Amino acid sequence: MINLTIDGQHVSVPEGSTILDAAKQIHMDIPTLCYLKLEKTRYLNQVASCRVCVVEVEGRRNLAPACATPVAEGMKVVTNSRRVLSSRRKNLELIISNHPFECLICAKSTDCELQKLVWEFGINTQRYTGERSKHEIDKSSGALKRDPNKCIMCRRCETMCNEVQTVGALTAFGRGFDTVVAPAEMKPVAESNCVYCGQCVSVCPTAALTGVGYVHEVWTALFDPKKTVIVQVAPAVRVAIGEEFGLPAGQDVTGRLVAGLRHLGFNAVFDTTFGADLTIIEEGKEIIERIESNQHLPILTSCCPGWINFLNYHFPNLNYMASTCKSPQQMTGAIIKTYYAEKMGIDPKDIVVVSVMPCLAKKYEAALPGEETYGIRDVDLVITTRELAKMLKEGSVDLRHMRDEDFDNPLGQSSGAGIIFGGTGGVLEAALRTVYEKMTGHELEDVNFTAVRGLAGIREASVEIDGRTIKVAAISGLGNTRKVLEKIESGEAYYDIIEIMACPGGCVNGGGQPYSEERDEIISLRIQGLYHIDRAKRIRKSHFNPAIRELYQSYLGEAGSRKAHEILHISGLLTDKKKVTH
Amino acid sequence: MPEIQTKEQLREACEQYQKLLGSRLGLQGDDTRMILICGGTGCQASDSQGIEAEFQRLIAMNGLEGKVAASISGCFGFCEKGPIIKIFPENVFYVQVKVSDVAEIFESHILHGQKVKRLLYTEPASKQKIDTSEEIPFYKRQQRVALRNCGLINPERIEEYIATGGYQALARVLSEMTPDQVIDEMKKSGLRGRGGAGFLTGRKWEFARKYAGDEKFVICNADEGDPGAFMDRSIMEGDSHSVIEGMAIAGYAIGAHQGYVYIRAEYPLAVQRLEIALQQAREQGLLGKNILQSGFDFDVAIRLGAGAFVCGEETALIHSLEGKRGEPGTKPPFPAEAGLWGKPTIVNNVETLANIPVVYQRGADWFSAIGTATSKGTKVFALAGKVNNVGLVEVPMGTTLREIIYDIGGGIKGGAGFKAAQTGGPSGGCIPAQYLDTPIDYESLASIGSMMGSGGMIIMSDQDCMVNLARFYMEFIVEESCGRCAPCRIGNKRMLEILTGITEGRGTVEDLRELKALSETIMDTSLCGLGQTAPNPVLSTMKYFMDEYEAHVLRKTCPAGVCQKLLRYEILPAKCIGCTACARGCPVSCITGAVKQVHTIDQSKCIKCGACQTRCKFGAVVRN
Repeated sequence: MINLTIDGQHVSVPEGSTILDAAKQIHMDIPTLCYLKLEKTRYLNQVASCRVCVVEVEGRRNLAPACATPVAEGMKVVTNSRRVLSSRRKNLELIISNHPFECLICAKSTDCELQKLVWEFGINTQRYTGERSKHEIDKSSGALKRDPNKCIMCRRCETMCNEVQTVGALTAFGRGFDTVVAPAEMKPVAESNCVYCGQCVSVCPTAALTGVGYVHEVWTALFDPKKTVIVQVAPAVRVAIGEEFGLPAGQDVTGRLVAGLRHLGFNAVFDTTFGADLTIIEEGKEIIERIESNQHLPILTSCCPGWINFLNYHFPNLNYMASTCKSPQQMTGAIIKTYYAEKMGIDPKDIVVVSVMPCLAKKYEAALPGEETYGIRDVDLVITTRELAKMLKEGSVDLRHMRDEDFDNPLGQSSGAGIIFGGTGGVLEAALRTVYEKMTGHELEDVNFTAVRGLAGIREASVEIDGRTIKVAAISGLGNTRKVLEKIESGEAYYDIIEIMACPGGCVNGGGQPYSEERDEIISLRIQGLYHIDRAKRIRKSHFNPAIRELYQSYLGEAGSRKAHEILHISGLLTDKKKVTH
Repeated sequence: MPEIQTKEQLREACEQYQKLLGSRLGLQGDDTRMILICGGTGCQASDSQGIEAEFQRLIAMNGLEGKVAASISGCFGFCEKGPIIKIFPENVFYVQVKVSDVAEIFESHILHGQKVKRLLYTEPASKQKIDTSEEIPFYKRQQRVALRNCGLINPERIEEYIATGGYQALARVLSEMTPDQVIDEMKKSGLRGRGGAGFLTGRKWEFARKYAGDEKFVICNADEGDPGAFMDRSIMEGDSHSVIEGMAIAGYAIGAHQGYVYIRAEYPLAVQRLEIALQQAREQGLLGKNILQSGFDFDVAIRLGAGAFVCGEETALIHSLEGKRGEPGTKPPFPAEAGLWGKPTIVNNVETLANIPVVYQRGADWFSAIGTATSKGTKVFALAGKVNNVGLVEVPMGTTLREIIYDIGGGIKGGAGFKAAQTGGPSGGCIPAQYLDTPIDYESLASIGSMMGSGGMIIMSDQDCMVNLARFYMEFIVEESCGRCAPCRIGNKRMLEILTGITEGRGTVEDLRELKALSETIMDTSLCGLGQTAPNPVLSTMKYFMDEYEAHVLRKTCPAGVCQKLLRYEILPAKCIGCTACARGCPVSCITGAVKQVHTIDQSKCIKCGACQTRCKFGAVVRN
């Protein structure tokens, strides 16, 4: 243990701790801006670039950044001298002198860490005026919006993109005053290898990185009398959106949310969980076929477009392993525009499918060339959990006080298996619940595959099915994914089924979810929320979802039928499915 | 050439090769005429290669091979007078030689022993012609240690380096000393880093030796970036082997087997010479496996930088070498603990490395006898600005500014008055006349608000504006900041904006207070040395030349007449005869007046180019 004093108070911390760690231990709140540590995600941004956390260290010539300075025995730290306070304030004043003063109309207003710090410091004048950086706003991808004018060079996004996700789409670019974080060569995001996981957005303290918004388009559709506007809601949304209304993280607000959406004027409110169950039926069939024929293993899940992009960009030689199934969002959209449209006698051209997703990559996925059925887009507009919260507020809906309502039928029925798609391991567990019974013909008594649950980045298990040991893995986070895929490539590891979600923790921690400074805690709470719903469900296996059974009986025929393939799968190889740009 | 395998063979090779240097070393009985032509970047730009080729042609044409030889050498340092050639054994020094002069030199000097008077150096004060470099005041006060071989040997021939005793320090170290003894000797010599901060080289080695690592690295910092500084380039162009030998010794001391030279791509000639030297050293067995049968392996690779000033900062340099963005990291850990690829690493500057063989050849005592109490040895300065003799000068630490500027530099150009010496580049400061007699060393420079830096020395006369100078350096910093930390990225930009405002007549008294306040924060909170020292030029000029700042701010005038926006050209009615010369010469036609009538300048259009003043023969145009 290392002993030091901070403002005269004695503190003992393990070797390797920083001054900031030591200060936290004695509840001393040194302000930080660029620094960010997410223990469960193994994320540490310690670039010490903002210089807002500087402190005085006795014997040191200049001020030390508390976030990146290791403690030493006998160190004497002062956190609130005039020298310290004036430097912190000056640096903050310098940072805002190159930041647009448009807080009133900024997407991040009230969620902005810079704004919060300026408010806490009581800065109420613009001390420095002068030139401001001028960069183009980049909405080229339709999913991720970059406003480099709001970048404060904290580098959090870069650390996330390069170290945690190992995508490598972002880097500091240029020199001096105009330095900014951008895709290589300052190219538009759409021309980069960004996979749209949106994790950079989750950690950006300002609005330099946000999602491309479609709220206006959704309202326009809702107000168009010629359109039937149908909304679908992803599982992870219902355990997170309450946070935007002051409800505890992880609290299930499904019923109120349905009521709220209906209040906004959607003609039908459906559940993406239905599509998740459908995915299990189709993917389950694929899994069983591949296992029985022992070909193209492991099978990789394809629900997560961020992950599929990563696969295509970084491991194109392995992309034959991915399932050909569309994602639950796309399956739901496709069934709405075929089966449901036929049933209701609506021309699918007059239907607008809006999805509410915890994700930015879903915006990208919905716009991909192959994601359509019989020439009609499966999904028309994708908004995030955050965008929906804003719509609800604008539309006079207070989620705290709504009365529970049920989803519309038939795409409102779902099993517990579909619900847990929203957290890491959930897709795999849902698949195992069905695959086990289909392969063995026996009932699975304990549906809880707890070995694949949890927040560890890589979880492996072996499951005995019909005398065969099936090796499975659930991975979240693309850095973890890279490790496993490299092992598969080298032959070091072998699996039969792998579930991969791009975001650490899965969709509950997607790039479209409510911002939070306590993300580590919140991810667990949201996942618990999903399993809570699952436990309460009467039906917990996808193949017992009565609406799914009805769909096959009356419309699709068998799982994996020709019609099912036309509507629910991406034809041909996966390389055709997703645009490979390099 | 056979590979040199032992210390004895190296000594034999030295003796054998000394013949090559013959007349240059003043060896008895060697009357071979040797023509040395400066092959540095500066002289090559004035076609010194053409001069060499012409000499070679004439030697061959006259059948004088074996009796007369011509060769390139490294830089002589007196770049003001380039291209320079030197003829041995007479030691005659010709300046500003052109290809067209070669025939005359050959005919007159080589064939008939008559010096070509018009090409000899003329002493500006006495107007006397001086024959040899030893008698030229520029060289008289110098002591060339780091530059010992520059302008003496052909840098592309390892034999000539060996002939000067080259690689014998390495041989001594490998055969007679343990790494700890090597470090002790280095500490005893008192050699400090020549790249900027002046950290004790021996201490740096000691740290790197102390930290365990399966691999360690020696990096030569050849990312010379201070405006006007070119001593490192000259050493690499003129004596690459001294740097390589220094690196090998450092490698042995800390336990490294791989060295890297991080050199800017803008130095193509230095890169080429270094490549040749590395190749030759490998062929001679002086690099590679089991050097001189000592069991010590060491090799060096070259890495090109893209010319970012900040990559001279050691952590930024290491990042760049690793293929990452060239930006500094936080210290600790220092490179000696976790440097290149996370391994213990030392980063030594070129001039530091060139000094290292000397320490072991002549001993720590010899070395530490030169210089002052805290700063040992010599220092090379790149003397530039308003001084008569521009070039590289190497003097013992403790030499005064006055000696450098007046004795070596030949005084201020055009007889103007001395105002200040800027040392240490963008991180340094300006030294006013009152400190001309301060003996220069690391501590004395720091105590008067400047620093040694890498040895840039720019002399300012009373025609230079100190506010504008501060603005110039700040402009440089703003362009070269890596952009990582807020105080450097934004703070220096705001400083520049304020300084620009002052030089353009928009300055306020509040601005002066703000400059000081911003300087404090930038120095106190910037991440690396670049930001931590960036305000130095501003603070030192404010300290010594506040009257100039006040003139700009309070009276909106530039006393030196440099800041264009503060200038005002006016025509004195009493002197104007209406000749129209000024009006005809004005590029923006802002002067009006009929013939034989008094002319006037429209101040709203005037661009302050001064053309009218130049053209007026009656002194009627004045600048205020």
